[in-house]
Amino acid sequence: MRPEPNALRAAETAVFLAALIPLARLAAGAALGTLGANPIEKIIRTAGYWTLSFLLITLAVTPLRILLRQPWLVRFRRMLGLFAFFYGTLHFTGYLVLDQFFDWQAILKDIAKRPFITVGFPSFVLLIPLAVTSTDAMMRRLGGKHWQRLHRLVYVSAVGGVIHYLWLVKKDIADPLRFAILLTVLLGFRAIVLLRRRARAVSAA
Amino acid sequence: MRKTSSPTIAPSEITPRDMYFGRRRFMQAAAGAAAAALLPRGLSAGENLPGVRTGAYVLPDALTPFEDVTHYNNFYEFGTDKETPSRTAGSLKTRPWTVSVEGEVQKPKVFDVDELLKVAPLEERIYRLRCVEGWSMVVPWVGFPLAELIKRVEPTGNAKFVEFITLHDPIQMPGQKSSVLDWPYREALRLDEAMHPLTLLVFGLYGEVLPNQNGAPVRMVVPWKYGFKSAKSIVRIRFVEQQPISTWTRAIPDEYGFYANVNPDVDHPRWSQAKERRLGEFFKRPTLMFNGYAEQVAHLYAGMDLRKFF
Repeated sequence: MRPEPNALRAAETAVFLAALIPLARLAAGAALGTLGANPIEKIIRTAGYWTLSFLLITLAVTPLRILLRQPWLVRFRRMLGLFAFFYGTLHFTGYLVLDQFFDWQAILKDIAKRPFITVGFPSFVLLIPLAVTSTDAMMRRLGGKHWQRLHRLVYVSAVGGVIHYLWLVKKDIADPLRFAILLTVLLGFRAIVLLRRRARAVSAA
Repeated sequence: MRKTSSPTIAPSEITPRDMYFGRRRFMQAAAGAAAAALLPRGLSAGENLPGVRTGAYVLPDALTPFEDVTHYNNFYEFGTDKETPSRTAGSLKTRPWTVSVEGEVQKPKVFDVDELLKVAPLEERIYRLRCVEGWSMVVPWVGFPLAELIKRVEPTGNAKFVEFITLHDPIQMPGQKSSVLDWPYREALRLDEAMHPLTLLVFGLYGEVLPNQNGAPVRMVVPWKYGFKSAKSIVRIRFVEQQPISTWTRAIPDEYGFYANVNPDVDHPRWSQAKERRLGEFFKRPTLMFNGYAEQVAHLYAGMDLRKFF
């Protein structure tokens, strides 16, 4: 059942505002000085957490749409994906500016030598072309097929992001493991759909 | 042995007490101390430690605020988040408490912690604390050199290492319900490191009895090593012949070595150790060899390859 256009627009506004809550909380914490003893670490970690969360929420849209038979859900996907990019940018610039303060030598060494950054950096960079080509005009220019192929990079980025988190923590892997399990479920769903479609194609032929 | 390398701190450089306590906190502490005086029990967190004198080792560095020192703690016994221990450590009962000093010593003894407190005069020392994760603090600890205790128990010729073992009680230490580390937490020093005058057996900070999240009632502080070497809430001190395996070394041997000396030239496998962020500062500062205590401790490691013995 498709909701009324007005209801859909209201839902979009609600999702948009909800997605800004983590940012608002960080901004309020920074203004009030309640981010704890190490506010830089807090900002970077929080932004990273929400980057991964929004990536997984974005990847949940398609399975939900199919399972619930609600095709209109796809309307939310672009906005959610852009929020993943937004928090990813906050996470990355937090590292670049607050943590390293443009110490390029240290940054390049990190990327080359620290496995969790070696994986994390490209995971973020891969999101840039996706954000750039997220407009209707770019979709038309690229054409559906090319656009779709390009946007499959989000899988690589999500897998890289989860590995980045797993390799960052030293011993208590409960949180990154939750992300890893969710991602496995979301990608597993797609694998099943794909295999079924192939089986059907084979039996039809 | 050299007494000090840092210039003695001028009274004008010390943060005034009311700046780090605030009037309200001070009133609460005073009320608590008054109530405590009526009760037949030992000292507990928040009370002032009596008879503390200024020690030989004080830094001119600005102190990290009391609030940050007590609310940013790595203490996995109470949770793996740094903010968690300050919330969950209330379940730890620090009295009665005993510390068993045992192993290769002539005079093994089980000390009641209030008896242990009186083994030597308490002094306040301002030390840098460098965490292996790349942040640092400056903390006014209260305690006495571990060497004072070691002399009293008279190690035998077989004693080569000193092992420190933390309380193991998942009821009091809820983080121990998770098997994230092998409990109880163990740390160890070579005997000469343990005897070094900088090595402090600590009962308090900022003039007060240690808060639980900082390792009450008694902990180690070894200022030239990464923070995890300084065991907290100690119940056993064992003198042994073989080098013990520390908890973090057992957990991840290629990341956490036995020595764990602060060393800007030896990276942690997952990050550089060249710089650190002092809590409260924006720009990172260069990490100093042996956390700035090279003049006092470098001789302990003469001829050793610190890349191999990290």
